[in-house]
Amino acid sequence: MSTREQIIKKLAPKEFNTLGVIWVALLSIVSLAGIIAYIDQIRRGLEVTNLRDYAIWGVYISNFVFFVATSFVGAFTASILRLSQKKWRTPLVRIAEMVAVAAIAMAGVAIILDMGRPDRIPYLFMYPRLQSPIAWDIIIITIYLAFSVMLLYIPNIPDFAILKTFYKDKPFLSKVYGFLAINWTGSAKQIKIHQKSIKVIAVSMIPLALILQSVDAWLFSTTYRIGWDSTNLGPYFISGALVAGIGALITAIYMVRRFNHLEEFITDKHFDKLGRLLVFACLVYLYFNMNEYLIPAFKSTQGEAEHLQELFFGQYSLMFWFAIGGGLILPSILLMFRKMRKPFPMFIIAILVVVTSWWKRYIIVSPALLHPFMPIQGVPEEWSHYFPSLHEWLITGGTLALCILIITIFVRFIPVVPIQRTLDEMEITATENDKN
Amino acid sequence: MEDKSKNSRRSFLDKSLKLGLLGVVGGVVATKLVDATAQEGDTVRVLTQDGKVMEVDSNAVKDIQHSHESEDYNVREGFPGRKFVMVVDLAKCKNALKCVDVCHKEHHVHTPNAWLKVFKMKDNENSSPYWMPMFCQHCDKPACVTVCPVDATFKRRDGIVLIDNERCIGCRFCMAACPYNVRIFNWGEPVQPGIEKDHHGTPEFGGKPSVIGTVDKCDFCPHAIAKGELPHCVAACPTGVYYFGDLYEDTVTNGEETVKFSKLIKDRAGYRLYETMGTSPSVYYLPPVDRLVEFEDSDYSYEQVKHVPIPTEEKE
Ligand code: SF4
Ligand code: SF4
Repeated sequence: MSTREQIIKKLAPKEFNTLGVIWVALLSIVSLAGIIAYIDQIRRGLEVTNLRDYAIWGVYISNFVFFVATSFVGAFTASILRLSQKKWRTPLVRIAEMVAVAAIAMAGVAIILDMGRPDRIPYLFMYPRLQSPIAWDIIIITIYLAFSVMLLYIPNIPDFAILKTFYKDKPFLSKVYGFLAINWTGSAKQIKIHQKSIKVIAVSMIPLALILQSVDAWLFSTTYRIGWDSTNLGPYFISGALVAGIGALITAIYMVRRFNHLEEFITDKHFDKLGRLLVFACLVYLYFNMNEYLIPAFKSTQGEAEHLQELFFGQYSLMFWFAIGGGLILPSILLMFRKMRKPFPMFIIAILVVVTSWWKRYIIVSPALLHPFMPIQGVPEEWSHYFPSLHEWLITGGTLALCILIITIFVRFIPVVPIQRTLDEMEITATENDKN
Repeated sequence: MEDKSKNSRRSFLDKSLKLGLLGVVGGVVATKLVDATAQEGDTVRVLTQDGKVMEVDSNAVKDIQHSHESEDYNVREGFPGRKFVMVVDLAKCKNALKCVDVCHKEHHVHTPNAWLKVFKMKDNENSSPYWMPMFCQHCDKPACVTVCPVDATFKRRDGIVLIDNERCIGCRFCMAACPYNVRIFNWGEPVQPGIEKDHHGTPEFGGKPSVIGTVDKCDFCPHAIAKGELPHCVAACPTGVYYFGDLYEDTVTNGEETVKFSKLIKDRAGYRLYETMGTSPSVYYLPPVDRLVEFEDSDYSYEQVKHVPIPTEEKE
């Protein structure tokens, strides 16, 4: 059996190896390209995008929706897992929390990228109007961000205390961990408060996450647009978020496990469980997709018929069927086999799911805008199509890279598998006089 | 610079609209209608509440203080005691595009950023095609106002929906929400020769200047109404397609004839666009039946409206 020191050593955050450095450099370059493109966008206005008066929202908004969805699942699964007293969940929770924080922070950024006047952000607080779904969104994102940071930070306090002593020979790092550990000693009283606060945060996180995702759906369903004007949109978005988020989570867990050599802690069993969860999410989402597309197709009111025609057979059909077939049906079939629920096949499937989920968001946002009630006339022909411009791709790529970069930095400095908790579970008590 | 016909239309409107108000509100409230030029023995025409035109001696008309002169006039509140409506007679529209021209000139916008477009419509296979001018419907339950997070787009008591482009954050939610797709976004720096860019405009005169990263749309020309003029498109239309007026006064005019609004809508089966959506527009359309002008087909395309020139000189 491993000793306490060995476990701490194994689980303490590792410095980047060469591969890690290359990885970070790559992400930084992509982020930087995005930042440069954004500066140009500020200078010249949204003209640099391919958005125009009909396609008023595009890839920035679908990207925003994607981040919200990913974050939703991070926090949602983390809370559920925390509240369920299952032992196996320990190594998964923290990665989920990291994903949640990084994604919601980038969701906030993504929505700013879409604004015509980012210099006027303060107006949102100076002249807020509460009946606007955007106001709801801003309120919920702020609260949610605060809670997801707490959900990541508070459970980490005992680990920070451990790391403070562990890094004794690195005074600066030790000091930072010491600061973050806010005098954690592990006394019974502290543990009690600690447990209680985690529980409160985890419980509040669930309704917050549901509200976040619903408000996101309502941004669309409060309009009259064909394709958005649907009472199904709330649960449709929530179930879609489950798919996207679990996919992202599996990808993140696989990468972290691989590069931090945590095979001992994140086992095949975990992947098996996540695989089952993903199948479940895909099936639920398929069900809501049926509600969303097949029922209107059955009635085929004029606007809906045109819109669905475009999706099923028209210019979006390739993306649409790729998203439905490749992103939902195929993964649910594959993952029914035990063999496919092994880490590596799961990783590939998860990537497929994430990519198609991202496209799915794009299909939800763009085509609906190009089917207005009034005809599109008196504008250049190009305005009735939309495909993102180079600026939009660079900026969007930048946000995705930045999100992964944030997660990477978290992984670098925060133990991905909770140390204290693992020790507790393995019933290894400290050699010092630990009252627990 | 204004031509004569416009002048006479303007003074006509002045009298008819303002006198119209006299008839309303039980004849108790009158408005300031006699200007210094009215002389003894002059008669003026008055529209009574039941729609009859009467001639009365101008001395019989009392000059009373209008409520909006006693209050501080507020851009966000609008003209007190008024509710503007527009009626568009589709039977008369022949796609002359004079409205588009003048709108572009006055508001310093240009194609494809038109606030006013003339659509070629055909409702179904068997019905005949017609031209339909389309612009902001100044809804009484405006979807755009409901969703604006910063109160940049607002509804006034006189029915007009305006945009404060000093406030707008460019989120474009209003554009997503408006079912009529009449809003225009300034994606880049607007090309407006002769307009000072650092000049702070008023929401009551859209396009002076248009601001990058904000939304624009038809403003119902409150700047013209304030001067007693008709909105530019109404005054410019050669066939008198547009009628503009006040719902409370129940009168609308296209500059040539002044008619009772309720009667016009009733007789000609006036309708509003997408009534079922509940947006309650202030713009009414008269169906394109009993055409007064033939529908001359033209290949309606972007090329056709592109000719509208970029205005080069500042007016006034
Ligand atoms: S037509 Fe559109 S922009 Fe105009 S008031 Fe109605 S919803 Fe607003
Ligand atoms: S684009 Fe401007 S006017 Fe429209 S909703 Fe946003 S802030 Fe309001």
